[in-house]
Amino acid sequence: MEHKSLEETLREHPFLEGFKPEHIRKMAEMALEVQFGRDQIIFREGQESGLFFLILSGKVALEISAPGRILRVQTLGPGEELGWSSVLGEGGKHFQARSLETVRALAFEGARLRQACEQDPSFGYALMRQLLKVVAERLQATRLQLLDLYAPRAAKLI
Amino acid sequence: MSEVAQATLTMTRARVLAVEKETHDTFTLTVASADPDPLPPFEPGQFSMLYVFGVGELPISISGDPGEPERQVYTIRSVGQATHTLVSQRPGNMIGVRGPFGTSWPVKAARGKDVLIVAGGIGLAPLRPVIYHVLRHRDDYVRLLVLYGARSPRDLLYRRQLAEWGRAPDTQVLVTVDYGGLSWRGHVGVVTTLFRQVRLHPSETVAFICGPEIMMRYVVRQLEARGLAPEDIYISMERNMKCGVGFCGHCQLGPYFVCKDGPVFSYRQMQPWMDIHEL
Repeated sequence: MEHKSLEETLREHPFLEGFKPEHIRKMAEMALEVQFGRDQIIFREGQESGLFFLILSGKVALEISAPGRILRVQTLGPGEELGWSSVLGEGGKHFQARSLETVRALAFEGARLRQACEQDPSFGYALMRQLLKVVAERLQATRLQLLDLYAPRAAKLI
Repeated sequence: MSEVAQATLTMTRARVLAVEKETHDTFTLTVASADPDPLPPFEPGQFSMLYVFGVGELPISISGDPGEPERQVYTIRSVGQATHTLVSQRPGNMIGVRGPFGTSWPVKAARGKDVLIVAGGIGLAPLRPVIYHVLRHRDDYVRLLVLYGARSPRDLLYRRQLAEWGRAPDTQVLVTVDYGGLSWRGHVGVVTTLFRQVRLHPSETVAFICGPEIMMRYVVRQLEARGLAPEDIYISMERNMKCGVGFCGHCQLGPYFVCKDGPVFSYRQMQPWMDIHEL
């Protein structure tokens, strides 16, 4: 995929909604198209993976290991982001990521993104703002998940 | 006795025709009148008071096809003694039915538009009549979008039907669970996370929501953020209902009695009352 078409692809990705054209161009220069087969481990819990992904197609499961079992806590699909902690560059991965079907994505090196943010604060603000939105959405969804809203309770109108 | 009084105060004896196990704790009962008169017709979203002789009476939403009112269908989760007795009925047993009661999903107002259904847990049951209605009158509507969330794969209602509906033209059915095991290859996450997978046309969409109240609040926020007007968002409220006709006051919510003025309200109507903690 050439830069031009990468730019077009990125322009259509919801993560980059509201980005200026020059910021999309900058992202395109750093993007690498990747593909994962079904049931492939993209990264493991605790692993120092430096890649941030924008998913183009397919589905990825985030899993966490518990003694004797693996829990699937979230799935991500086209238009979503994977590996946001790579952009911060601190510590290992909190979850294991597994492709549930063939996944196409654009990969970005977290270190390069950080460097670009430092060189161009306007780009850095746009990127960090979008990342914060992603993290806030995930936090809100996790809180709702923790509430266990559908647990059985005494019925009124059922 | 007037027809209204007949429907509200007197009980029709109904014969259980079938009991179908939906999940580990949820069952669907199909009943028909055992009296000379058939069970009265109903609108999507209405409920009946089901009486288990010697045990008690329960408000249960009608989950069947409004196009087939003579066989009424109720999906019930067994959470206490009365509901347990209700779901333990066998074909041939007799129960009492009063109703139908309450307001309905405004399916006529949604004609010519996209119908968006967002359901959580057993909240899919009161919305299933809307799906039947839209599929029965397919040319009256544009797209049918169904977003459904449950606790886990084993808690999903109507699994076979969900798959069938998803294959219907201009219909998108997205299902998610809060927790999934390794054998579950579908979506995992709360129902609000499904919004990223649908493209809404806000001015051409009417949304019907049913589920736990907290879930509905978050769904409404998502819809408002996407440009839906409060008068195009409808929710089904749940309060402790006893009489079904607004006499006893058990289900009062602000100026409304949920059994009589609801259970279906527009969000515009309910907005001032939903955030009041005491209500």
